[in-house]
Amino acid sequence: MTDRAPAGPASPPFRPSMLIYDRRYRSMTFQVIVFIIVMSLVWWLIGNTITNLENLGKDIDFRFLFSRAGYDIPQQLIPYDNDDSHLRAAVIGLLNTLFVSFLGCIAATFLGVAVGVLRLSNNWLFARLMTIYVEIFRNIPLLLWILIIFAIFTEISPAPRAYRGEDAQNLFLGLIAPTNRYTSIPGIVAEHSPGVLQIGRIAIPWLAILFLGLLALAVVLRRWINARAQRVQNRTGRRPTTWWINLALFVVPPVAIWLIFGLRLTVPELTGFNFSGGINVDNSLVALWLALTLYTGAFIAEIVRAGILAVSKGQSEASFALGLRPNRTMNLVILPQALRVIVPPLISQYLNLTKNSSLAIAVGYMDLRGTLGGTTVNQTGRELEGILLMMLVYLAVSLMISGVMNIYNSRVKLKER
Amino acid sequence: MTRSVFIGATAAAAMLAGAGYAAEGDTLADVTGRDQLICGVNAGLVGFASPDANGNWTGFDIAVCKAIAAAVLSDPAKVKYVPTTGQTRFTALASGEVDVLARNSTWTFSRDTDLTLDFAGINYYDGQGFMVPRSLGVSSAKELDGATICVQTGTTTELNLADYFNANNMSYQPVNIDSNAEGEQQYMAGACDAYTTDASGLAATRAAFASPSDHIILPEIISKEPLGPVVRHGDNNWGDIVRWTLYALIAAEEYGVTSANIEELASNSENPEVQRLLGTTGDLGAMIGLDAEWAKRAIKAGGNYGEIFAKTIGEETPIGLARGLNAQWTQGGLMYAMPFR
Repeated sequence: MTDRAPAGPASPPFRPSMLIYDRRYRSMTFQVIVFIIVMSLVWWLIGNTITNLENLGKDIDFRFLFSRAGYDIPQQLIPYDNDDSHLRAAVIGLLNTLFVSFLGCIAATFLGVAVGVLRLSNNWLFARLMTIYVEIFRNIPLLLWILIIFAIFTEISPAPRAYRGEDAQNLFLGLIAPTNRYTSIPGIVAEHSPGVLQIGRIAIPWLAILFLGLLALAVVLRRWINARAQRVQNRTGRRPTTWWINLALFVVPPVAIWLIFGLRLTVPELTGFNFSGGINVDNSLVALWLALTLYTGAFIAEIVRAGILAVSKGQSEASFALGLRPNRTMNLVILPQALRVIVPPLISQYLNLTKNSSLAIAVGYMDLRGTLGGTTVNQTGRELEGILLMMLVYLAVSLMISGVMNIYNSRVKLKER
Repeated sequence: MTRSVFIGATAAAAMLAGAGYAAEGDTLADVTGRDQLICGVNAGLVGFASPDANGNWTGFDIAVCKAIAAAVLSDPAKVKYVPTTGQTRFTALASGEVDVLARNSTWTFSRDTDLTLDFAGINYYDGQGFMVPRSLGVSSAKELDGATICVQTGTTTELNLADYFNANNMSYQPVNIDSNAEGEQQYMAGACDAYTTDASGLAATRAAFASPSDHIILPEIISKEPLGPVVRHGDNNWGDIVRWTLYALIAAEEYGVTSANIEELASNSENPEVQRLLGTTGDLGAMIGLDAEWAKRAIKAGGNYGEIFAKTIGEETPIGLARGLNAQWTQGGLMYAMPFR
């Protein structure tokens, strides 16, 4: 034994029965027994799987990822056609998953915070309406919401060919065409385009890079200007007016780009069976995004409400006594403290939303579950490999989200010294 | 001390685990043991496999299940039908959830080899086609450039569709759907211009519409889709039973054995082939682990191949499929049962 018995002649020699009856060894003994049982179970499961696969004449082989996929995917964020490999199809699916999850998380956060605050409002009507929203959405399964919203889109909006002929439907505002397949919105083209940045088969317009670059620059400059205003205020007691600089930072660059490069909108046009010229946003994406947002938003609203209620009443009373208006009280006093309580459960909601996005197959949105876990697994017969790979990817994505959110959490949490 | 205990226990566990592995399946013993055949079928395709108003499954593929149950268990009703989608069907079969899959599945090289399945025969020679609303004004699949097309995921049709549009230098927008019912709904809502699946499936789907004549099936058949019952690779005896039950149905039509005259022919037929088929002479049943009258029961369950065809999907039914390739070889078709000898 590694445990050293207490020194001294009184210590009795080790006997096997001491493993159970002696408190010094007992906990160790049981831990070892449990460990052995658990490991045997794992061993048996793995062995059973391998043997059964052998009996079926199957092996574990990931080479299928590099063979030709042969099927098409409706929504592609990076170029893909049916001659590409199953691996690329899986990446397309993963990007679709991340895309809808990202949009969903952002929208659900805004919605949830707004609803959570409004639910505590003194306005009777608002508070009750928000309660109804929360109770309806969080108590009906998400899958039903996805299907209902999708059905509404496909059944209510017209087919593209309704926009043609004698009694043709008009485009909404002359720009947007909602159809039962997608909503066609105007695209943007440049008269004097500076071209695209080609990375492999992915083409990124330089204008988009320029725009995002200027946006990032504006954010940095705004922080610097605000920090400077704060310093001036601390020194002189007067805060210099900054709002027009901040506004200009975000308005001038886009307008300049618009004028210099001669940007214009392209109106979607019905050619053949479908609209082209604009951007067709699939109903499956919108339905899934809306359903995820409304469903998760209801949970986030409850988290936000709980967080606000967790801040003691004295805080808002003190704030009112100082003469702060209710909306500043909320933004400057209550919410910063409530965030400590809100952020950890919020992480779980983001993870839930991301994992729930795998219900996409119900409306034919080809996410990771639809490509790798659906068609690829079915066409190649590599169920075990496909599902294992999918589990790994979801695990990695979830860990990444919670990693990023934990960093944020450590920044907002109470600094204890 | 603890370490040696651990190693010993692990070794013991490993040996136990080795003994606990699932043994290679004997499907016939499983089926007779539980006195029920579990048949994987389409979740709902009128004419091929669909539950009627009373919840009883009927259809062309269902008839195969019933014939097998009659041959093996002496009762065509002893079948449990497990509805499967295009995505779940092969997994359901490979995992042993179903004994046989009679779900208009196409016989392809990779399914036969890489998916380690065995196709027991072909009960319907089919090909992939397109259905469009008459009001669309399209008369050929070549005019579908740029169209939005509904297609079931995880099927051969999905791959054929991509190949066909590639070969003809056309583009299309797929709408991926999970089941025929969903495809029907999307197509009727106009969410896709055309619906593509096997021509027989299109006919069956169209028959369920309120006004079938408003929809046309385009003349182009873009692929070969031989459909048949599927079993797991490796259990050859079970594969033989399914294969020869199917052949018994086909041979019965060839020799004029029907559900009406089968008792009469069993007692007085002069044709030695019929005598062997119905178990009057010879002992073919014993060679596949069944009794002598197995084929007789299979034919009595729903009639011979021609009767089943006429009752479920033939020209007299709303689905209205002609025999075409599925006529007997003596009638210029491809249905050809191997000799019962």
